Amino acid sequence: MTGRISPLLIAFTVLVYLFLLGPLVIVIGASISDTTFLTFPPQGLSLRWFEKIFEMSAFRRTMVTSLQIAFASTTIALLIGIPAAYALNRYRITLPAWLSTLFVLPVLVPEIVLGFSILRSIQVGAGVPVLGALLIGHTLIVLPYCVRVISASLASFDFSVEEAAISLGSPPIKTFFTIVLPNVQSGVIAAFILAFITSINDVSVALFLTGPGISTLPIQILAHVEQFFDPVIASVSVLLMFLTVAVMVIVERTLGLTFLAK
Amino acid sequence: MTQAAPLTIANLTAHYGKTKVLDDLSLDIGAGELVSLLGASGCGKTTTLRLIAGFLKPTSGTIRLGPQDLSALPAHKRNIGLVFQNYALFPHLSVLENVAFGLKQRGMSGSERTRAAKSMLERVGLTALGDRLPSALSGGQRQRVALARALVIEPPLLMFDEPLSNLDAKLRVDMRVEIRQLQRANGTTSVFVTHDQEEAFSISDRVAIMDAGRIRQLDTPEVLYQRPANAFVARFVGFENLIPLNVTARDGEMIEASGAGGVSLKLSQKALGEIPDDFILATRPEGLRVVAEETGLPCTLGLRTYLGRTYHYQAETAVGALTASGPLTQPLSPGDRAWLTPVAEQCCILPAEPA
Repeated sequence: MTGRISPLLIAFTVLVYLFLLGPLVIVIGASISDTTFLTFPPQGLSLRWFEKIFEMSAFRRTMVTSLQIAFASTTIALLIGIPAAYALNRYRITLPAWLSTLFVLPVLVPEIVLGFSILRSIQVGAGVPVLGALLIGHTLIVLPYCVRVISASLASFDFSVEEAAISLGSPPIKTFFTIVLPNVQSGVIAAFILAFITSINDVSVALFLTGPGISTLPIQILAHVEQFFDPVIASVSVLLMFLTVAVMVIVERTLGLTFLAK
Repeated sequence: MTQAAPLTIANLTAHYGKTKVLDDLSLDIGAGELVSLLGASGCGKTTTLRLIAGFLKPTSGTIRLGPQDLSALPAHKRNIGLVFQNYALFPHLSVLENVAFGLKQRGMSGSERTRAAKSMLERVGLTALGDRLPSALSGGQRQRVALARALVIEPPLLMFDEPLSNLDAKLRVDMRVEIRQLQRANGTTSVFVTHDQEEAFSISDRVAIMDAGRIRQLDTPEVLYQRPANAFVARFVGFENLIPLNVTARDGEMIEASGAGGVSLKLSQKALGEIPDDFILATRPEGLRVVAEETGLPCTLGLRTYLGRTYHYQAETAVGALTASGPLTQPLSPGDRAWLTPVAEQCCILPAEPA
């Protein structure tokens, strides 16, 4: 058997890849079709549906909103998540166990329930405007990723290193930035990517929270599909896909993706 | 050269939650002296070190280093050199940057601290490795970097937290000689925490044997080894046989004492010193001889172990199981009837334990 790959294995692998990548290929194909309706294989090649996205103000606006919300909610989640992960790991022995569970709770609650409860309590209950409610909702759904990923990074950090720095005369806050943070850098970046992508792709929470005039890109896609059946939907999907891929590529180029496996 | 300062700990008590981990501990360490805190895990030795370093807050008590009250200072202002068990080097900094870190905190200029760090690396024999990251070093090299990093700030007090436990046996012995030489050369007051008796005895001026948050005895290794002050310390340094006795008759230098099961022993105060009415006779296996003549404690021999220069015997007596030694020339067999005679020079008289 050595050196020979079974044809069955090859066939199986091809099937798996077909299953994973097939739909994506179809969407990409449909997005460059010259027709006015969704079709595959594409008939005639054209980039006009991509052009169309930018001509339609609804897509333009919601894309900006999505990016803003993703960036802001990820930043807030990191600002909360980094200190939280630090405290959970640093004082693991003295802190009650349920505290770390508390930070992953938003992941355990079905997103649709989360979306509805934020709508009831924050938007309707407290009268927070749409953009604010969206920001709070997305911060909530991305926070668990931030806390988890940074915690994983901190779990392998030896806190006596921090004490060594303090004993050498570095004040605690400064030590956090010069010693602790550089050593969990990869975790912070991984958390940023995960959170950003989670927010950009979210449908279920945004479904409840978007309101008149303010929407996110995935919600706009849904709304569009309900009314039209043109390839714009395919090209927007491709754009969203490439946005996600672009984030990964930038990180890969600057830091290497191997740290994600750490 | 650092100016060494004496360390004075007075009535230090500490709690973890409601558990008392340090119980009214007092300890004076002279300037330039190296004192080990020795004991099993949970005895409070590391807690003591962390209290001195400022990582923990005591419930009560004071810690003074020279004229300064350390309790009033936060950890980063205490100016103590610390060497950790797992080295605790900064993983993202080069060896040279690791050593220079403390100097940077003290506002020393770049070129100056590089020079000082380099000369310190030379002293620990790592001149060539300054540019490496800690991950590229062996355990012994890492501990040398940690040592250099702690020494370069010229602290008045150096503390070691089980610094050799992660090294292999041979390296451990080399490193402890090296630590002792550097400490002597600098004349830095030092606290050395370890659970390894040989390590503590070989490196220290004095050793504090700790148990349950208290110091059971603080003395030179020689005194601890030969004249333990109580049953705990005696057991710790290898006095395996502890026989509780009480004096039944005094006749000048000689006394007669009896113990459990009606055993009776004649002992000389000339060799053993003043013997109180209730006492414990403590010996190592070498201090209790197995003889065939009817003198001492009658016993039945059990397992015999060959130890090169002598045999050790497990012996069953009326006062319990004891370990004794016998000459190679006359091996006795398990089940034999024999007598155990204490060798006065190798015995210790300890105060009786409260029941």
